[in-house]
Amino acid sequence: MIRVDSIAKSFGKVQAVRDVSFTAEDGRITGLLGPNGAGKSTTLRVLYTVLKPNSGSASIDGIDVTADSLGARARLGALPHSSGLYPQLTARENIAYYGALHGLAGEDLARRVQSMIDLLEIGDFADRRTKGFSQGQRTKVALARAMVHEPRNVVLDEPTNGLDVMATRSLRELIRRLRDAGKCVLFSSHVMQEVAALCDEIVIISDGRVALSGTPAEIRSRTGKENLEDAFVSAIGSAEGLE
Amino acid sequence: MSRLLTVCAKEVKDNFRDRRTLLSALVFGPLFGPVLFLGVMTLSLDQAISDSGKPLALAIAGAERAPNLVDFLTQNNVDPEELTLGRDAAMAAVKAGEHDQILYIPELYGEQFRGGIPARVELIIDESNSRAQGDIRRARGLVSAWGRQIGMLRLQVRGIDPAITRAVQLQEIDVSTPTGRSAILLGMMSYFLIFSMLMGGMYLAIDTTAGERERGSLEPLLTLPVERSTLIGGKILATCFYMSMSLAAALIAFSVSLQFLPLEKVGMSANFGLDVVASAFLILVPFTLLGASLMTVVASFTKSYKEAQSYMTVVLLLPTLPIMIAALLTVRPTLQWMAVPSLSQHLLVTDLIKDEALSPLFVATSVGSTLAAGIALTWLAMRLYRREGILG
Repeated sequence: MIRVDSIAKSFGKVQAVRDVSFTAEDGRITGLLGPNGAGKSTTLRVLYTVLKPNSGSASIDGIDVTADSLGARARLGALPHSSGLYPQLTARENIAYYGALHGLAGEDLARRVQSMIDLLEIGDFADRRTKGFSQGQRTKVALARAMVHEPRNVVLDEPTNGLDVMATRSLRELIRRLRDAGKCVLFSSHVMQEVAALCDEIVIISDGRVALSGTPAEIRSRTGKENLEDAFVSAIGSAEGLE
Repeated sequence: MSRLLTVCAKEVKDNFRDRRTLLSALVFGPLFGPVLFLGVMTLSLDQAISDSGKPLALAIAGAERAPNLVDFLTQNNVDPEELTLGRDAAMAAVKAGEHDQILYIPELYGEQFRGGIPARVELIIDESNSRAQGDIRRARGLVSAWGRQIGMLRLQVRGIDPAITRAVQLQEIDVSTPTGRSAILLGMMSYFLIFSMLMGGMYLAIDTTAGERERGSLEPLLTLPVERSTLIGGKILATCFYMSMSLAAALIAFSVSLQFLPLEKVGMSANFGLDVVASAFLILVPFTLLGASLMTVVASFTKSYKEAQSYMTVVLLLPTLPIMIAALLTVRPTLQWMAVPSLSQHLLVTDLIKDEALSPLFVATSVGSTLAAGIALTWLAMRLYRREGILG
């Protein structure tokens, strides 16, 4: 479970996140939706402890991300917006490196790496160097790498960016499977249809604040709009920056 | 600790597959010094050896006015080339580079010689022509020798012992050993060794910092439950490993290439056997931590691979600065200099090649001060990685 409690973060004069709070439950897919620059990535970066919030707090399974950042990171699988691979290593070696840094070793490590390769169906190119992989292949390897330690919580920053239709479909399928396995899945997107199709809970962020949150049905009823797209526009005030 | 080794092993393997890193660590860096050295030394040694043995080609204008001098020169391994040039034409010919030097015998020569007044002969040279200096020295020496010989004969004819004209006899006694003499030339070597060490680690230092950021692989790495200081420590350790490989390769390349140099023929010998290679390695290897952490710190400030590369060229020169200054000031090894990294390695390695006993105190000071500087810079690199701004 991921909790975010009124965090704020600024870079110099730019106030990227003003006041964001939400809870992402286990066994549910929570989507952060907002236009570009709304503060989605900054919020997620605070969660995977690359940034420290100026105020407010966040926790992963009850572990505070600033007080015990190592403990919080151990329970989290993160796919940051830029998730570069090591081009000279094979897909399997890329995944195994992260596994080893999570403290896995020997047969245990090899078994987990293989199970990730099976889960993401990347066996065909697992032993090739990742130089020259397609965006879809790279995203799958990065995801396998992020989840090699079988975390209960998975945070994905715009994971479908740059993926073609087939790759997007299989990624969505994978996210549903993670949810069905009882994991807490939190992902960000600026694509309304994607969030609408996938999420159990939606957190709409605009200008560094939570504009509206709830299940798709709740959002429809609270805005009084039948169509989710109209509901988003009414919550944010405009459709600018959304797709 | 095991995470640190995991990071180090990954960086070593990753970069081992990168042809550019490998070439610069094992080929370009280590071979640059020995090849340049071998080339320059072979040329200059060849010249030194052959110059004294082969006949000196000497252009003489007005040779018919001094047949005895020309005979003397011919007997002393000179190959005279008789010219019919006036004084001005001879000077112009040397200026234009047609001749390295011309011995000009003026018209008054015969008259002065017979009259017992110092007979003027002129050696027309170009002092800026460094290639001709050896030949000029030989010509000058031979003409003076002939002058002295004639002078003594004249005294003897008058019944005076020529020794009376020599009030003082100055004799220089050169105590330098053959290895000592070669050390002047071999002093360049420590410069090349440090250079090749830095070359060997350069791409790794860039790749593990600016390169990692540019590829976008830094951010996911920082989401792992590993302290950032462990990550950067592993990266610096991997860079040290490559620098050590380069150092070993450069030492072996030097050891092999020196066997092809005819150093003995000019009265030098190179003390560069396996034991010296091993000792030099141990003296120089503490420098890897300093070099690796210095390059990592510099690369951490840069935004891209290219930017890091341009800063690195400056870093490559930085540790060689003390060596250059020391060479200009002819610094002798003293305890205080042992506290200066790179300079202390230079002085110790030079002593080692000269086959002089190394003071354990000097070695300990050099190792200690170099490691201390390396640890301080490593700490700084770790501090830099704790900043949020490291993601760029």
